[in-house]
Amino acid sequence: MNEKYIPRYDMTGVIQSIHEYFLSVMPAGLAYVTELVLIGILFLLFYAVVGLILVLAERKVAAFFQLRLGPYRVGPWGVFQTIADFIKLLLKEILEIKAADKFLFNLAPFIVIIASFMAIAAIPFGYSLHAIDFDMGLFYVLAVTSVGVLGVLLAGWSSNNKYSLIGAMRSGAQIVSYELSIGLSLMTIVVMIGSLQLSTIVQSQADGWWIFKGHIPAVIAFVIFLIASTAETNRGPFDLAEAESELTAGFHTEYSGIKFAFFFLAEYMNMFIAASIAATVFLGGWMPLHIGNLEWFNNIMDYIPAFVWYIGKTAFVIWILMWFKWTFPRLRIDQLLTLEWKYLLPINLINLVLAAFIVLMGWHF
Amino acid sequence: MAHHNQSPSEMVKKLGWLHKVLAEESDTTEKEMTDFVKQQEIISGRDPEISEEEYFINMGPQHPSTHGVLRLMVSLKGEIVQNIKPHVGYVHRGIEKMTEKMTYKQIIHLTDRLDYLSSTINNHAVCLAVENGLEVEIPERVKYVRTIIDELIRIASHQLWWGVMGMDLGALTAYFYGFRDREKVIDVLEKNTGARLLHSYYTPGGLMRDIHADFQKDIKEYIKYQRNLMNEYDDLLSNNVIFRERTEGLGIMTREEAIAYGVTGPSGRASNFACDVRKQHPYAAYDKADFKQILYTGGDSFHRYKARLDEIKESMNIIEQLVDNIPEGSYTAKMKAVLKLPEGTYFQRVEAARGELGVYVISKGDKVPYRMKFRSPNLSNLGALDKLTRNYKIADLVAIMSSLDLVIPDIDR
Repeated sequence: MNEKYIPRYDMTGVIQSIHEYFLSVMPAGLAYVTELVLIGILFLLFYAVVGLILVLAERKVAAFFQLRLGPYRVGPWGVFQTIADFIKLLLKEILEIKAADKFLFNLAPFIVIIASFMAIAAIPFGYSLHAIDFDMGLFYVLAVTSVGVLGVLLAGWSSNNKYSLIGAMRSGAQIVSYELSIGLSLMTIVVMIGSLQLSTIVQSQADGWWIFKGHIPAVIAFVIFLIASTAETNRGPFDLAEAESELTAGFHTEYSGIKFAFFFLAEYMNMFIAASIAATVFLGGWMPLHIGNLEWFNNIMDYIPAFVWYIGKTAFVIWILMWFKWTFPRLRIDQLLTLEWKYLLPINLINLVLAAFIVLMGWHF
Repeated sequence: MAHHNQSPSEMVKKLGWLHKVLAEESDTTEKEMTDFVKQQEIISGRDPEISEEEYFINMGPQHPSTHGVLRLMVSLKGEIVQNIKPHVGYVHRGIEKMTEKMTYKQIIHLTDRLDYLSSTINNHAVCLAVENGLEVEIPERVKYVRTIIDELIRIASHQLWWGVMGMDLGALTAYFYGFRDREKVIDVLEKNTGARLLHSYYTPGGLMRDIHADFQKDIKEYIKYQRNLMNEYDDLLSNNVIFRERTEGLGIMTREEAIAYGVTGPSGRASNFACDVRKQHPYAAYDKADFKQILYTGGDSFHRYKARLDEIKESMNIIEQLVDNIPEGSYTAKMKAVLKLPEGTYFQRVEAARGELGVYVISKGDKVPYRMKFRSPNLSNLGALDKLTRNYKIADLVAIMSSLDLVIPDIDR
């Protein structure tokens, strides 16, 4: 492994000085708690802002795919449209369903949103811009995001609505199946790196992103990851759980107001997390694009801050996911499962063996 | 005319081809019908043998995929459709009853509201019935213009259906592409008739007004535009792997079933049932144009889809052949101010965008009909839905229903 790559705009000093300031004004324990709360608030804000931006982006991208303008009345280029929508959702009445299981019905949106919220903590936004750097951060993200399906299942079950139940059962089958593909496609790269720690994964790409230096297995794994994460986030063409033309709105048919907004927001955040993981593992995370020994090119690339690299790559993957959604028709549930169990999973397993063989022979860079 | 002073049963016998085919198939369809009746018993909850795994959901009257107020009572086992019982009548407006108080010229405006996507074709049926009853010779110009306008409406209708089919299968982008191109046809029609949806452009004896000066030029421009886009339709939906998977081999209707259920239009022709009224019993200027009757043998959702797309191309062919040859002359025949059909029964059929539309008029010699009955294609097409979707999944039910292209106000009337 190469020595640590430190980007031009290193945030470590800033963070360190904030930490020292807190230590100087209060006892160590209190400083620790304050920092936790601050990071929590920061993430909440980040969550809300990313959610709003993504909803707007989706509407704009969809509009351009469909020869429309999209929102353009509220603010310049419609940028305040989602904020207005969010205020509307906050003010809406939260309907009480008479025959619903009230406790589970109210619990479900929180499970969904907490699952996606927890996953953000482990994502490296830049060098040292990383809330928690686990030994097995990648495993943690996968584990936490898959909790979300519990919320979807509960929502479908507790609504006491047949459409919701069908949607939830579809979602359950779908997410549990595609979890395998996500895990295995990431394993292909993990085999090459030999670590699950996300900071190590990013550092290992200082001399080239895994999609370039991982040979064919990495490319296959990237494509499979894109397909599987589209399914995992319940987005088109795999949006069977809420298939509008079949099940009206699927598992969240009975939700209104802010509870519906939770499901809505969680969907976009899951997409953001999936794109972040794709960017981190395959496209080098916050690492700038470096080409071998081309010094002048590498220097220019270094001038772009790490956070911008990260956001840019994530946005690119998100755009691909949106492209999927607005191009393809929806699959049927049995076709969806066939795709996973008969095609993606065997390809994945062979791909993993291939990657292991490459590592064994030392062919990767 | 031919149908003057005949009893309905006599008239049906003289219709010939359909009657003959029906007689041949009646043996095989009898068992089907008893089975169907049995199924209806089960779905009404009268049969105690109903399995515990089965449950019912109501699709509609408010449901995104029924495109209107059709209510389907679906019995399901898991996701597998067991039975479908359609409940119709949510937009019943009593149009047939209303006709009994209206003059023939007024009735034209009601017919727009049957299948609103083939509005002028509905006008055409009533106009032809009245003209044949009065034995009026209508000018050639009228025949040509009516044919062209009917085909434009057919194109617009199929374009809307194409978009909606995409939407039903989850490809929302197709929906907007379909509407984008439909807009162009609507513009041509609006310039000419003054309306965008319910044109009421025909009147017994001719047209409401003469065609616009730009009519021919606009149409030629439009057809040039549309021809280039047919490949785009194929790229976006027809050749898409997922779309193929969702439609090919699903909801197969045999020729016998199509005849037994009376499924006409592109849906019937996809099952190799040659039922194109334009070809079998030419009216207006259809005998002047050289066109193919689109026939497929597949009978599945995909071939119903193909049949409609090919019909757009065929309609453009018809229009291209006629548009330059519109004869000069009056846009209407000389008609009396008050039209009184002689006593008797009259039947006229035309090819609407979704199949065969029949108008049956009983007149007692008044200025209003004694009774008027519409044979609407959508009601017959809906009848086949239960048969087509049995043992498929809910998602397939949506796809198959979409491939039948139902328009609910035409079912309810």
